[in-house]
Amino acid sequence: MSDDNKMTIIATKGTFDWAFPPFILASTAVAMDKEVTMFFTFYGLNLLLKDTSKMRVTPIGNPSMPMKMPFGPKWLQKIDFGPKIPNVVWNIPGADRLVTWMMKKTMQKHGVAKLEELRAMCLEFDVKFIACEMTVELFGYKKEDFIDGVEFGGAATYFDEASTGNHHLYL
Amino acid sequence: MADETLDASGLNCPLPILKTKKALSKMGAGQVLEVISTDAGSVKDIEAFCNQTGNKLLSNVEDGGKFVFTLEKV
Repeated sequence: MSDDNKMTIIATKGTFDWAFPPFILASTAVAMDKEVTMFFTFYGLNLLLKDTSKMRVTPIGNPSMPMKMPFGPKWLQKIDFGPKIPNVVWNIPGADRLVTWMMKKTMQKHGVAKLEELRAMCLEFDVKFIACEMTVELFGYKKEDFIDGVEFGGAATYFDEASTGNHHLYL
Repeated sequence: MADETLDASGLNCPLPILKTKKALSKMGAGQVLEVISTDAGSVKDIEAFCNQTGNKLLSNVEDGGKFVFTLEKV
């Protein structure tokens, strides 16, 4: 495989919603014969945890997030509650759990892959996962917290991986 | 006639592409894969996939909300 075929993704976000774009792009790129390396740093480390059950999406400070009912009558499903419900409501304990559950339901209904499924496909297609060593230590993670197949390295390791190829994305 | 058929109905981006890739990897060169998808985005995506991977898109037919692609493995 030529060096031009390499691509890298830096994944920095760790909320449930933002966990998807890096894995969607990486799995698709590798399916299209690219050689893909993903570098996970800061909150992006969440994406590599064995236990992803604590990942949440929240409407707090997230004004672009559409909020539509995944079930119920058609007219109800059309309403975007995002701009209608004041942000203060989402401070109620458990609100983020409810919203995360609703997003999962919506995704299921639309045939969107589960996070773990996309991640497993990336590994199956030999996407290289590198966890940023510095942030692993900074946030007090143990190497055992992460799934098998993860390598650990720093910024220099990333730049070595990104020294060739013409797709390098920061997400 | 296709050698293999992949029914990706109900699946959304990027699953039809990923499943297509997986199905093709189990097949031999020159064999034909039929992919059925309900994802309208896969019309452009399967074409792009073939462009990049060199697999040949033999046909692309819409049939009542279903998209049927025939691919020849390179």
